[in-house]
Amino acid sequence: MIQPAPDRDARVGEPPGHRDRPSGHVVVPGALDLTHNVILYLEDISVSFDGFRALNRLSLAIDAGELRAIIGPNGAGKTTMMDVITGKTRPDEGKAFFGQTLDLTRLTEPQIAHAGIGRKFQKPTVFEHHTVFENLELALKADKRVRRTLFARLADDERDRIAAVLARVRLAAEADRLAGLLSHGQKQWLEIAMLLVQEPRLLLLDEPVAGMTDEETERTAELFVSLAGTHSLVVVEHDMSFVAALGGKVTVLHEGAVLAEGDLATVQADERVIEVYLGR
Amino acid sequence: MRTPLTLRLFAGMPRSAQVALALFALAAWGWVPFAHLALAPEHALHLSAYWVSLLGKILCYMVLAVALDLIWGYAGILSLGHGLFFALGGYAFGMYLMRGIGRDGSYQSDLPDFMVFLDWKELPWYWAGSDSFLWALFLAMALPGAVAFVFGWFAFRSRIKGVYFSIITQALTYAAMLLFFRNETGFGGNNGFTDFKRILGYPITAPETRVALFALSAALLVAALVLGRYLVTSRFGRVLAAIRDAESRVMFIGYNPLHYKLFVWTLSAVLCGLAGALYVPQVGIINPSEMSPANSIEIAIWVAVGGRGTLVGAVVGAGLVNLAKSWFTVSFPEYWPFVLGFLFVAVTLFLPDGVVGLVRRLTRRVAGDAASRGEGGTFGASAGSPAHPAAAPPGPARALAGAAPATAAGAVADADASTGEGAIGAERPIAPAARALPGAYAAQSLETRDERANGPAVTSPAIATKGVQP
Repeated sequence: MIQPAPDRDARVGEPPGHRDRPSGHVVVPGALDLTHNVILYLEDISVSFDGFRALNRLSLAIDAGELRAIIGPNGAGKTTMMDVITGKTRPDEGKAFFGQTLDLTRLTEPQIAHAGIGRKFQKPTVFEHHTVFENLELALKADKRVRRTLFARLADDERDRIAAVLARVRLAAEADRLAGLLSHGQKQWLEIAMLLVQEPRLLLLDEPVAGMTDEETERTAELFVSLAGTHSLVVVEHDMSFVAALGGKVTVLHEGAVLAEGDLATVQADERVIEVYLGR
Repeated sequence: MRTPLTLRLFAGMPRSAQVALALFALAAWGWVPFAHLALAPEHALHLSAYWVSLLGKILCYMVLAVALDLIWGYAGILSLGHGLFFALGGYAFGMYLMRGIGRDGSYQSDLPDFMVFLDWKELPWYWAGSDSFLWALFLAMALPGAVAFVFGWFAFRSRIKGVYFSIITQALTYAAMLLFFRNETGFGGNNGFTDFKRILGYPITAPETRVALFALSAALLVAALVLGRYLVTSRFGRVLAAIRDAESRVMFIGYNPLHYKLFVWTLSAVLCGLAGALYVPQVGIINPSEMSPANSIEIAIWVAVGGRGTLVGAVVGAGLVNLAKSWFTVSFPEYWPFVLGFLFVAVTLFLPDGVVGLVRRLTRRVAGDAASRGEGGTFGASAGSPAHPAAAPPGPARALAGAAPATAAGAVADADASTGEGAIGAERPIAPAARALPGAYAAQSLETRDERANGPAVTSPAIATKGVQP
């Protein structure tokens, strides 16, 4: 199928200089290529740990700007999938691409982070002995090589960016506190803020609202919905009301493979999903 | 705003550190030379050669301790093989001192005595250039640096951490010791290098030379402290502390921990090498026993006694333990190993944040009571005053958990779970701010703060259970 070239102009993040070439474009090494509007593409990913198949020919595609929720019972492979995407675990087989060109199975964790994938862990991991502000300073999109970091000083616009993100996650008043002293929900938010200052294109969020109060959960859903469009988000969550509040497409994982996909109502009506969740 | 870097470094220090540095400079470059050279030996304040050499030697040990604190206290990497880098620096410079003997040795040969004894006819290739002072100085930095770089590259790339790393460093220094014990290695076997005559043409036993070496050691210590402080208060230092606390998180925000560890590890080894180069002419001997595993463990004890992650603690610890050692080995030599073992146990049990931590806790108990009723601002001030929160010494988290209400206990359980891996190396400061205050207040303050920020502390059970999840 041949697509008319001008259609792609509206999209963000395309490598420069390929709009005039309807029949192909220059591949810019290291740059995210969203030509076909797919930001993340997993095909037949399998991972085994000592004979246990954590992922079993998992295939998944996330569109640019999409907000996707992933649900599934414990052991369905949700966290392993995130490990594969962020380079922590290498798949035994299968393909994992970020955009059209970046092969995630060949990049290291820091390289993947630089390419534009940010990850929030299931258990909030912030730097407990650094202040909230310092946590964000470290996460800030910057040249993260040793010789730059040795002499790095925060520029005014960087401070402004940190301040803006702090205000967005309502942590401005806590900027000078040690992150270890924050409440659980605040730590979750701090970690989300750390993702935001990294300016990733794709955010992977593993149970972002675990341990949050209802009000915090609601505000988090609002935040994610407002991020969709400019960012792509993959949210792993158990809380169904939260998934409903996100309002996007839902993927159900079971035993390391995709069981069902669609909007929440469709998925919840699916016989196999009910069976997996409720048992026979 | 364009002030020279060195000035900025000093200006950025707390007042107490500036005063201490000034006093130290006055003592090292003013009082010691005066008391040793100008005062007659009969004078009550005369400083004997024994004392100048002993203090100079301890200054070198202090540099060694600062070097270890940089990687142990801030990057969480416990090396039990730092004596190797120290000895390598000493050997590299010792080669120059051996050549400096010239034909004044027992055999009146151009070759060092031990080579004549082994019936060698010419210098081995790796002794080339050893008659040059500058080359020796370069070698004293480059050799430990290169060994550390290669070893560190393999170890950190394989993500070896914690106890495993410590054990491998022990093995490394032990292997090197065995190598240097061999006569064929060409470094004097188990006798090592000794009987030095001169350095840069000056007689090595002259009082002036001794004082100059002492003053240089003091300068090296100041330089190491200033450099160390710059590093740990820069963003680089914050990345290091972040690697210590949550290495995988650091990777996922785009830093490569390998490069950071390797840099500070190699730098630490270079510092050790320089300290070794200054140590050898002052004590007049270098032999393979400097590489014995026990020596390297002792360095870790100095740092632990002083308080790790503080830089100044390393200096204090090295000073205290070595002064005690000098006294003990003269008065009750056979009991020193027991004292050392006791120190290790006692510090681990009762002084987890070392002497410096104890002093800080005591001074804060006095100051903290007055400030304790203030709001967040005082909190930050009391916790962050020693330059940086991460610089605060490690502390007894469990003591807190016992007395504290649910919220504080939850927070501590959380922190504990995250620090669970890698026994020795991974031990680290926990909630320094809370510890800075008397126990009951700390617990109370944690709770009220959570309430203020977050409504009643309903999340605490969730935190506690969350903390033990894998």
